[in-house]
Amino acid sequence: MLISVALMLAIIIPVMALTVFFAWRYRAAAESEYDPDWHHSLPLEVVIWAIPLLIVIILGAITWMGTHLLDPYRPLNRISASQPIQTSQQAAQGRERKPLIIQVVALDWKWLFIYPEQGVASVNEVVAPVNQPIEFHITSSSVMNSLFIPALAGQIYAMPGMQTKLNAVINHAGDFDGFSANYSGEGFSGMRFRFKGLEGGGFDDWVRQAREKTEKLGREEYLVLERPSEREKPRQFGTVAPDLFDAVLNMCVDRTKMCMRDMMAMDAKGGGGKEGIHTVMALHYDKTTRRGGEPLGPRPFVTAICSPTDVYGKDGLPARAAN
Amino acid sequence: MNSYPDWWPLVFGRFTFEAIPYHEPILVATFAAVAIGGLGLFALITKLGAWGYLWREWFTSVDHKKIGIMYMVLGIVMLLRGFADALMMRGQQAIAFGANEGYLPPHHYDQIFTAHGVIMIFFVAMPLVTGLMNYVVPLQIGARDVAFPFLNNFSFWMTVGGVVLVMASLFVGEFAKVGWLAYPPLSGKAYSPGVGMDYYLWALQIAGVGTTLSGINLIATIVKMRAPGMDMMKMPVFTWTALCTNVLIVASFPVLAGTVALLTLDRYVGTNFFTNDLGGNPMMYVNLIWIWGHPEVYILILPCFGIYSEVASTFCGKRLFGYASMVYATVVITILSYLVWLHHFFTMGSGASVNSFFGITTMIISIPTGAKIFNWLFTMYRGRIRFELPMMWLLAFMITFVIGGMTGVMLAVPPADFVLHNSLFLIAHFHNVIIGGVVFGAFAGINYWFPKAFGFKLDDFWGKMSFWFWVIGFYVAFMPLYVLGLMGVTRRVNHFDDPSLQIWFVIAAIGAVLILFGILSFLVQIVVSVMNREKLRDVTGDPWNGRTLEWATSSPPPAYNFAFTPMVHDHDSWADMKKRGYQRPLEGFRPIHMPKNTGAGVIISAFATICGLALVWYVWWLAALSFLAIIVTAIAHSFNYDRDYNIPAEEVVREEERRSRALAAARV
Amino acid sequence: MSKATAHQTDGGVPVFHVFEDKEVHHPGDSTMLGFWMYLMSDCLIFAVLFATYGVLGRNYAAGPSGADLFDLKLVAVNTAMLLFSSITYGFAMLAMEKGRKAAVQGWLVVTALFGLAFLSIELYEFHHMIAEGATPMRSAFLSSFFTLVGTHGLHVTFGLIWLTVLLVQVGQRGLIPENRRRLMCLSMFWHFLDVIWIGVFTFVYLMGVLK
Repeated sequence: MLISVALMLAIIIPVMALTVFFAWRYRAAAESEYDPDWHHSLPLEVVIWAIPLLIVIILGAITWMGTHLLDPYRPLNRISASQPIQTSQQAAQGRERKPLIIQVVALDWKWLFIYPEQGVASVNEVVAPVNQPIEFHITSSSVMNSLFIPALAGQIYAMPGMQTKLNAVINHAGDFDGFSANYSGEGFSGMRFRFKGLEGGGFDDWVRQAREKTEKLGREEYLVLERPSEREKPRQFGTVAPDLFDAVLNMCVDRTKMCMRDMMAMDAKGGGGKEGIHTVMALHYDKTTRRGGEPLGPRPFVTAICSPTDVYGKDGLPARAAN
Repeated sequence: MNSYPDWWPLVFGRFTFEAIPYHEPILVATFAAVAIGGLGLFALITKLGAWGYLWREWFTSVDHKKIGIMYMVLGIVMLLRGFADALMMRGQQAIAFGANEGYLPPHHYDQIFTAHGVIMIFFVAMPLVTGLMNYVVPLQIGARDVAFPFLNNFSFWMTVGGVVLVMASLFVGEFAKVGWLAYPPLSGKAYSPGVGMDYYLWALQIAGVGTTLSGINLIATIVKMRAPGMDMMKMPVFTWTALCTNVLIVASFPVLAGTVALLTLDRYVGTNFFTNDLGGNPMMYVNLIWIWGHPEVYILILPCFGIYSEVASTFCGKRLFGYASMVYATVVITILSYLVWLHHFFTMGSGASVNSFFGITTMIISIPTGAKIFNWLFTMYRGRIRFELPMMWLLAFMITFVIGGMTGVMLAVPPADFVLHNSLFLIAHFHNVIIGGVVFGAFAGINYWFPKAFGFKLDDFWGKMSFWFWVIGFYVAFMPLYVLGLMGVTRRVNHFDDPSLQIWFVIAAIGAVLILFGILSFLVQIVVSVMNREKLRDVTGDPWNGRTLEWATSSPPPAYNFAFTPMVHDHDSWADMKKRGYQRPLEGFRPIHMPKNTGAGVIISAFATICGLALVWYVWWLAALSFLAIIVTAIAHSFNYDRDYNIPAEEVVREEERRSRALAAARV
Repeated sequence: MSKATAHQTDGGVPVFHVFEDKEVHHPGDSTMLGFWMYLMSDCLIFAVLFATYGVLGRNYAAGPSGADLFDLKLVAVNTAMLLFSSITYGFAMLAMEKGRKAAVQGWLVVTALFGLAFLSIELYEFHHMIAEGATPMRSAFLSSFFTLVGTHGLHVTFGLIWLTVLLVQVGQRGLIPENRRRLMCLSMFWHFLDVIWIGVFTFVYLMGVLK
């Protein structure tokens, strides 16, 4: 990055200086050399094309390497500039340092962080141990957002029905700002959260405290949570339905809706046939009404079918009622 | 809604009186100002009895010069509106910290930043560059008008139709709250049910028709109507950039029309192109809109590059350095602009190889652009530079634009973009290139060609005031945004928590006020110049010792532009003619065949605007009726075969003799 | 005026103006080029629609696919209608070259009838699908199908309106240069729609049924 700025400054500063110098040197009042027919010089033209070309070749090479090295999807291979991800000792013992997985859902207008391995979830607050590689799995419930923690890493879009990934690590303990970087409507400005890097056992303490919370996050609670709200205080859920993120990603938290996964599997086999025409139902979905304007008419959606991945749960119908 | 009778939606669609925002003091005040101003203007025109004159000589005119001037007026008027939005945003961000929520709630703020972007791009920058191209290109190539004069008038009025819709949204209903490119699903029916998005869609669709047609028109003009002897490689650089721009317009605006149409179907019919459910794919919209959106950037900047080239060679008294490489650079930029769209969303997660491909193609564009900068630089070398206003704008551009170019290349590096995307750094970057490139270019062009259009120069003092306010204001307003962007502050936020940021926003707001003075100075400059027009008068038609054909005719040029079609022998044909002892022909005039004015363009566009308004409010009967009216008017117009007339030779003689007398008087 | 005389010099000072014998403004000179460019821009709109269909054309949303819905025989008949109309328009243009007004009108009427038949079959097809419940709202596949085919149909409709207007104008004024120019433009438009339809037929119907 700094190299590229330096390279470009190497061309820009002379250009600016020359602009000012020529403007002064050849001003009409100066009566300096005047050559109205001088308009072409092959060597000079070669130079003015070659210099930017050279710089771009160098920059292009840096870009190619840098983009692959810093690809957010690429697992980290070192904790910090001087520290590889696993010591040779650890490698020798066959111990792999597995990244901490955090599932992120952008809601209207708050962030939900699920810790699948720890079985807890948190709204508008995300915590990670220092020097621990983190793998964010990101999706969104309704519109596009962008997960951005400037102190941690670059941003990546959160998109409904799609999953993006971000690999990162925090090197210093602290309390940092995180927010959505992509405009997502009315409550966007307040869509902020805290990112905390905790040292020592801080993270385990946090998880323990979270587990003690009686609040639980299942599908019904999620359907309530995803309704639009602004500037929510951080809070934790002691238990989380293990398949929740998967259901959010496949847009079938409401069990009457067909999961995207199943839909795509059917489509790959040629769709649902003419019988499939009538598998849609109207869905009165109240999460949109708070966005202003008149209440919406019902949106069609594809109803669930019995499939290996999504069977009507015993609480399936109440889940829909809750919505 | 409940208190309205059953028939109400049938007649008025979803319009209700609640849709008029009389409870928002800012809007009421704006409305009052606009209404009083409008009524005043209306009364003045009526008092002067000028309606007939305006209708006959301007609104229905097919003369490319008048249409060009109308485009410029439209662009400048909309600049005021778009800039008012900018001032409000800067004001809000300068005060909305901590407990202070500012004076614009999100509902209002979100409309303002959307409107600012849409207006500045579609209804300020586009009319300004289209206006200049319309005015100058036919003169530069020695033509009497554009290839399709009626279409030109129609295109202008379609642009006006888009403007009317955007302005109407201010007072009836609301504007979109989705950002200027309206990414779904946010812009879909589910998340933006109001009329704002529909205003957006129809305004773009209607104005887009005008832009596409005007693009076709200018290409046909440049390809088919050049004066004899003017090969492609002897065309003035501005004409070259205009050609490339219009190729870009014709090759990209249909993509916008298609994309907007699909989103419209999603919102009106309930299709599933960009929805979350039932197989729709919002990311496709993002791709499609940027396939149009990136070339759009070059549509704006290329004509300005042309202006700078003309200004550079004129005010350095020298042929442009490296004409051929300038042309090739323009063509290369035209082609490359289609290969970079993905750099607007590196953060979507397309993978490192795709990202770096688009990052590198983006950087490659900086090669021809860099070559252009050097060309202007070496045009100054061994020149004799006169520091008139256009030249000053050129110098300000050269210094400002390279900064924008550098930050642009920084943003093109995907790892950097992951941090800077959607940040104020990005905002600063594109304002840096659009203000530093397009706006400065438009001002250079206005100051340069104003004497051609009106026969007198613009006032120097107020021009310089405007120049310095703009240039200094730009740096004060946007350098803080670069800093804020590097600190990780993102765009479209209407309230901040961190008080340490406030000082930067305050500085930026001061910069915006300086720019306001720049705009006001520009308006004063025009008023002062009109008042002092006799003192500033130029009768020669060539006040700057120009080099291209537009300076060969009188200022303002007669309706037919050239009594005799000029014949071209070399680059910078007018300079060549002057050098080789050109004499203005004084006899042998013949009648000149010219297109007739027609009101069809105004009428069809008016119906199109009504149709758009009706569709926004779901007034289906009116939409159907006005659509029918469009078709009927168009068919009726096609039955009019009597579209041309002859300017009799005597009138040409009178006109030319008047010029001879004026020239003689000036020499005395 | 020829190029040779244009560049003649007269005693060292070149000629800087064209002193035409007859000053004529040719509004029609650029019409063909301009109309061609319009067609190309229209082609881009279709390109967007084709691309959309390419991306979304398999997103059935667990609903019906092309194989379930398309009646290939009907579409083949439909294609034949449009292709025939293109041929008959060609005959109209040949007649125009020979200056035979009545023949031009006759062939135009035949063309319009074929066009009308095409539209009717297409509307029948749409009606049938919608009646079955396969509406544009059902899935992204159906949205893009209806939009692509419907946009083509809309173009044919406008072509028919234009054709009717031209029939009247040819009837009123005969084969004057303006009308000839208009007939040429409509000819390009009509053949263009044919080419687009061949793309639709192959890309949407054949590939949709064949899988």
